[in-house]
Amino acid sequence: MSDTLALPRYNDAIIKKFVIATIFWGVVAFLVGVVIASQLAWPEMNLGLSFTNFGRLRPVHTSAAIFAFGGSALFGTSFYIVQRTCRVRLFGGEAIANFIFWGYQFFIVMAALSYVMGFSQGQEYAEPEWHLDLWLTVVWVTYAVVFIGTVLKREEPHIYVANWFFMAFILTIAVLHLGNNIAMPVSLFTAKSYNIASGVQNAMIQWWYGHNAVGFFLTAGFLGMMYYFIPKASGRPVYSYRISIVHFWSLVFMYIWAGPHHLHWTALPDWTQTLGMAFSIMLWMPSWGGMINGIMTLSGAWDKLRTDPGLRFSVTAVGFYGMATFEGPVMSIRDVNALSHYTDWGIGHVHSGALGWVAFITFGAMYYLVPVLWKREDLYSRKLASWHFWISTLGIVLYITSMWVAGIMQGLMWRAYDQFGFLQYSFAESVNAVHPYYVIRLLGGVLFLTGMLIMVYNLIMTVWSPSTDKRVTMPAGVALAGE
Amino acid sequence: MFIRHETIEKNAFLLLILTLLVISIGGIVEVIPLFTIETTVEHVTGVRPYTPLESGGRDIYVREGCYVCHSQMIRALRDEVERYGHYSIAAESMYDHPFQWGSKRIGPDLARVGGKYSNDWHYAHLINAQSMVPESLMPHYAFLAGTPLDTDDLLNRLTAQRRVGVPYTDDQIANAMADLRTQADPAADNAALLKRYPKAVQVGHGNTVTELDALVAYLQVLGTMVDFADPANENLHQ
Repeated sequence: MSDTLALPRYNDAIIKKFVIATIFWGVVAFLVGVVIASQLAWPEMNLGLSFTNFGRLRPVHTSAAIFAFGGSALFGTSFYIVQRTCRVRLFGGEAIANFIFWGYQFFIVMAALSYVMGFSQGQEYAEPEWHLDLWLTVVWVTYAVVFIGTVLKREEPHIYVANWFFMAFILTIAVLHLGNNIAMPVSLFTAKSYNIASGVQNAMIQWWYGHNAVGFFLTAGFLGMMYYFIPKASGRPVYSYRISIVHFWSLVFMYIWAGPHHLHWTALPDWTQTLGMAFSIMLWMPSWGGMINGIMTLSGAWDKLRTDPGLRFSVTAVGFYGMATFEGPVMSIRDVNALSHYTDWGIGHVHSGALGWVAFITFGAMYYLVPVLWKREDLYSRKLASWHFWISTLGIVLYITSMWVAGIMQGLMWRAYDQFGFLQYSFAESVNAVHPYYVIRLLGGVLFLTGMLIMVYNLIMTVWSPSTDKRVTMPAGVALAGE
Repeated sequence: MFIRHETIEKNAFLLLILTLLVISIGGIVEVIPLFTIETTVEHVTGVRPYTPLESGGRDIYVREGCYVCHSQMIRALRDEVERYGHYSIAAESMYDHPFQWGSKRIGPDLARVGGKYSNDWHYAHLINAQSMVPESLMPHYAFLAGTPLDTDDLLNRLTAQRRVGVPYTDDQIANAMADLRTQADPAADNAALLKRYPKAVQVGHGNTVTELDALVAYLQVLGTMVDFADPANENLHQ
């Protein structure tokens, strides 16, 4: 028969690997998050050991969440989507795809090990030292070649909107990574380097990188997911093609300017701060354009929110995206920032984006992908997925509300004056005051992790349980026909 | 004149080139002028490269991720200036590769912590923060007291910093090891050290130089280099 030698139409083996990695790193990222949240509630949890200290574990948490969990999700979904929307198999063959997978996993493991062993560049979200940066560059360039190669050999005349976002994400992350990590190694055999830039210029470059890690890694890439999985799961076309175009170009143009809002009132010149603030406020519009485009895609299919838990995650994610991208511009206003900066409000803001947007849209994609990739009839249990949804949502609500209260309280305490015109509170008093909110935040994190573990169980059972097997429940012949 | 968007979305290279163009503008406008506009970094007297011991301490500060909880940037706001001292100016971190301005204050700002507490306070606080400040959330850094400072690649570290623009003189490089030992021994004669590095604070207890000694030396110089009472430094406009 003809199927004996021909490869399957799409390379799904690589996507399965990335799906497993996404779920694995999600558990790790949330678990380390819970550990370091407990350290802030009870400092004894640092254990007094060098490699269990908050200072070393915090980069493990942020890198695991952003680059390991988020990154694996982006690799996997982008490869899934680009093949389907271009109607061709992944460019470059099995070996190169596997190199990207294992090369990236190696980068993650080495980065995490290096932080706990005491190697760090000392720049947020860019902690890996120079040799790991070089390795990541090799993996990333290979990724770009495979992705763009697949787009180039497409059998569809148009490049689908999700792929615009993925290409912008791949390209911009390459530019940011190279721009922010130019450093002078101490020697060829030392994992220690000094960044070429210093002081104020280094600060600007770092936040040009840092904010656009948010803008392109955690936003543009995940918008690619939104533009594929929401129409696919709801069975409706994207709400507005015109909004997609305006959304794409305005978002990628404006995001890159927003970095200086991390440096308000600092030694960064005022003109740069003002530019950063102005563009951050303008950014509200493309962000909400994208949100409207995603949510309104459900027009005529709202009922599916009741029955499809994966879609419920995806749509709620877009809602959180809208909330976080409203909060961000507000916080970027210099006078609001005077209160919010350096406080836990920033931590709350980041997590409404990271948990509500990034993680939820990823969960939606995982609930969609696992039955499709492993050729199952349905999820093992929609009910468990619903439990995951509500437990996680409650976790996020506890997390962000406790951080709002803690952050605003810190900001107000730091600037409070007593009746004699002296500062009213010592710093230590503000540390004491937020303790209850740190405990509530920890509870929120535990709930989010619990939801994740429910998903792990549900997805494992989806793959293993005979009850979900398409071949058993469908008449012979039908099971193999459709994608 | 008007390109139909269809043209762009049917041509991957055109799409990529236009995207690259669009994402480059903001970065170019915001970053490049900071290197070319002369007033970005103020001209003040007093800012000097870190001593070999302070530099080693700074490497430990970076390694341990102190920046995730402590900022080194006093903003130009009334309450911050009253709490921490004169607002930070760009010149004070011009030899900081990387900058350590931070983004979150789980603990207080450290931009001017130098000289605020005694050496003994710092040692006790770093070994067990709660013994000095009961409310503190800081981890214990007792293990630094038991770790000798690695000085094998000291010269490489200073040279690497010189390559990225820290103006270490040949004299400073040549005497690096001697300066390190002098600063880590309060009994040693520090005249030559202070000539090369004004305001360097001697730390330690005169025996093996530990990582903790280096860290305390670094903390004790933070924010002390610029004398804001000096009329020569009055004009700090950007």
